[in-house]
Amino acid sequence: MVEDKPKQTLQNMLNDRESDPTHLLQTLIEVQQAFRYIPHDAIDRLAESLGLGRAFILGVIEFYSFLHLEPRGEYDILLSDNATDQMQGSRLLAELLSRRLAVPIGGTRGDYRVSLGYTSCTGMGDQGPAALVNGRAVTRLSSERIDRMVSLIEQALPLDQWPSELFAVTAGVKRRDIILNSDYSAGAAIRHALEHGPEALLDLLEQSGLRGCGGAGFSTGKKWRFCAGAEAAEHYVVCNADEGEPGTFKDRYLLQAHADRLFEGMTLCAAVIGARRGFLYLRGEYRYLLEPLHKTLQQRREHNLLGRSILGRQGFDFDIEIHLGAGAYICGEESALIESLEGKRGIPRNRPPFPVIQGYRGMPTVVNNVETLANAAMIAQQGAAWFRSVGTAQSPGTKLLSISGDCERPGIYEFPFGTPIGEILAACQAHHTQAVQIGGAAGRLIPATEFGRTLAFEDLATGGSFMVFNQGRELLKAIDNFSRFFSHESCGFCTPCRVGTSMLVRQLGKVMVGHATTKDLDELATLGTLMRQTSHCGLGQTAANPILDGLEKFPGIFQARLRSTSFEPAFDLDASLQEARALTGRNDPGAHLEGGGV
Amino acid sequence: MSPSFKIDGVTVPFEAGQSIMEAALAAKIYIPHLCHNPEFHPHGSCRLCCVTTDGRSVAACTTPALDGMEVANETHEITTQRRLLLKLLFVEGNHVCPACEKSGACQLQAVAYHCGMLAPEFVHFYPRRAVDASHPETIIDFNRCILCELCVRASREYDKKGVFSIGGRGIQAHLMINSPSGKLGDSRFSAADKAARVCPVGAILPKHRGYEVPIGKRLYDQESISRVGDVAAHQERDHDE
Repeated sequence: MVEDKPKQTLQNMLNDRESDPTHLLQTLIEVQQAFRYIPHDAIDRLAESLGLGRAFILGVIEFYSFLHLEPRGEYDILLSDNATDQMQGSRLLAELLSRRLAVPIGGTRGDYRVSLGYTSCTGMGDQGPAALVNGRAVTRLSSERIDRMVSLIEQALPLDQWPSELFAVTAGVKRRDIILNSDYSAGAAIRHALEHGPEALLDLLEQSGLRGCGGAGFSTGKKWRFCAGAEAAEHYVVCNADEGEPGTFKDRYLLQAHADRLFEGMTLCAAVIGARRGFLYLRGEYRYLLEPLHKTLQQRREHNLLGRSILGRQGFDFDIEIHLGAGAYICGEESALIESLEGKRGIPRNRPPFPVIQGYRGMPTVVNNVETLANAAMIAQQGAAWFRSVGTAQSPGTKLLSISGDCERPGIYEFPFGTPIGEILAACQAHHTQAVQIGGAAGRLIPATEFGRTLAFEDLATGGSFMVFNQGRELLKAIDNFSRFFSHESCGFCTPCRVGTSMLVRQLGKVMVGHATTKDLDELATLGTLMRQTSHCGLGQTAANPILDGLEKFPGIFQARLRSTSFEPAFDLDASLQEARALTGRNDPGAHLEGGGV
Repeated sequence: MSPSFKIDGVTVPFEAGQSIMEAALAAKIYIPHLCHNPEFHPHGSCRLCCVTTDGRSVAACTTPALDGMEVANETHEITTQRRLLLKLLFVEGNHVCPACEKSGACQLQAVAYHCGMLAPEFVHFYPRRAVDASHPETIIDFNRCILCELCVRASREYDKKGVFSIGGRGIQAHLMINSPSGKLGDSRFSAADKAARVCPVGAILPKHRGYEVPIGKRLYDQESISRVGDVAAHQERDHDE
């Protein structure tokens, strides 16, 4: 049974917070960690202390995958379910865990010792199959590791006493270029900004041509300039570390190995736009980084790189808070991220107004990806010409790639923009490659005939995900995986994405089981195009990419599974009669439709 | 000269700050919509009002009008797109027009007729959703909710009660009621609330009244929605009388 923690604990947790509704999500995450669910008692108290409706709080809880209204087991195991995890055998390992622990996948054991389920990509594609146990990342799962986990769980050994190698996350940098080959000098970028002023820094950024590394590629200099120019009582800088795109893990590496650069970049931005507060929005899956990141922040405060009068400049006060996500891919969209920072459901906002004009708490806000901010710091330190020394005219500099899937050397690669896909495949030692998914589930599926194309905003843009599929892989399975991912992660706000993502999954399912006809493929294309054209945000606009690219670039993998008839019902007529047969106790040939009713 | 733009070739004047939808409504040009109601903040969720300008599809209700812009509204392509969106709304809910009290005065039905949607095309989801009849004066049939959030906005912005909010995610997204039991009867909702009169479909209906206006004599039985506009405006008028 779940042991009820003393009410005092909850009271303390709630008392620690001011009565500010923007604290709702962070408080809920703490309560979930402490109690393994959100007790109704907590909802009532939060409703009262924050002045929010019960239904509003329930709506927030239901929105985030890592918050629960029913108790989870003492060990809450979530297996990363990305296509690359599956290629590494994660589904079999899940079944093994389920058998050994006697817990159904997607369920909790009767004694509340353990819960088991799947979760969206946890950002460990180079060291999968991966899982989260009570939010802690576990890597390189194997049947041997599963055996160890089962025995630790049955012994009820607390997680902090588990062997640390289970939680080891290695850096795995396989290629360095100008960014990773340069040494960071603490405070150099901030000093540059303080000495030369915001205008000079903005000019420098614009000269460097730095573009948003999350994938959208908006000019960083312009973004900061817009924000700096917006008159308001407060300005904010937010680092988007909600690296949720399946197959991406380069921000994980930066957060782990180069957090100082990132914080330097945020402080630099604060100096330019006049921010006093900054936020790092860290995806819940990277919770294991929370402690080291807090430590780095503390060190920076001690070195006067954060806090009051930074580097002795009177009036330059700035500090950074870390907010956790709770399992919602959509919060990687900048306006949804801001909603989430404000403690709400992560529904993307209508634009205009853009966050640089009205963002966090309605104030001008810069939201940048981890890599963008780290690069900005290095550019302020090294100069615009240095950054432009590699890359293309439209895409200067380099891009960090997270390479996973069918290759001998998965990991982090820094490549100059303009590098052909074929060269990247050679570097990671991929052989007999059938296709590459560039830019994650929302990205593009590239066949071998297009490996001469290049990594660049003007050709193949990517936030950093690079998943390789060799010729032995069933691409349709990956497409199905990505489509399911989107239906799970759709926020549900707009019609085409809310309904369309679910319809695509069902329709593709019909193809997978060999029940589809040509008409069904047309329907997939029609729905996908509708979603691309009319969805409210990038999620819905890209959710059909895997299917649309598949239909265009690999029509054969769909055609091979079609029935030859022109129309197939969506259900099996004969199977539908099963209930009637059971009720009437009949099973004679007359109670069956020949050939499944076709 | 006051600024203007064109919708399907017709010149539409506008004031700075107006959206395409607001300017179109003022000029009596119909852009199909469900979640928009000029009394509340634009929402942009139903996507029916998507028009194209500069080669891009944008929601008319949330996109500011710009001087000289050319907007395509009722083209064959856009109407086909709208018909698809409408079909999606029918797929996710349980909309049985012949058995619905709102039939003939339902905006979803009327827009569907306007866009030429005459038959279902896709497999419907047939979700199981309970009806909430706990309130003495008003019934909520979640089967018909299209998540336009007009009741959410009306209760929050106008009634200042916050009776409604949204829970779940993706296809599980659903309307929720703010009360200890989650039932409307335990909430602060009253049939006199603005939120009781804004539902464009038959999800929020008054109790104890049925078929007061016979089928065939209802709002959209008389005139196309492109001429008589939103049902909410008529519900508001009836309320005032």
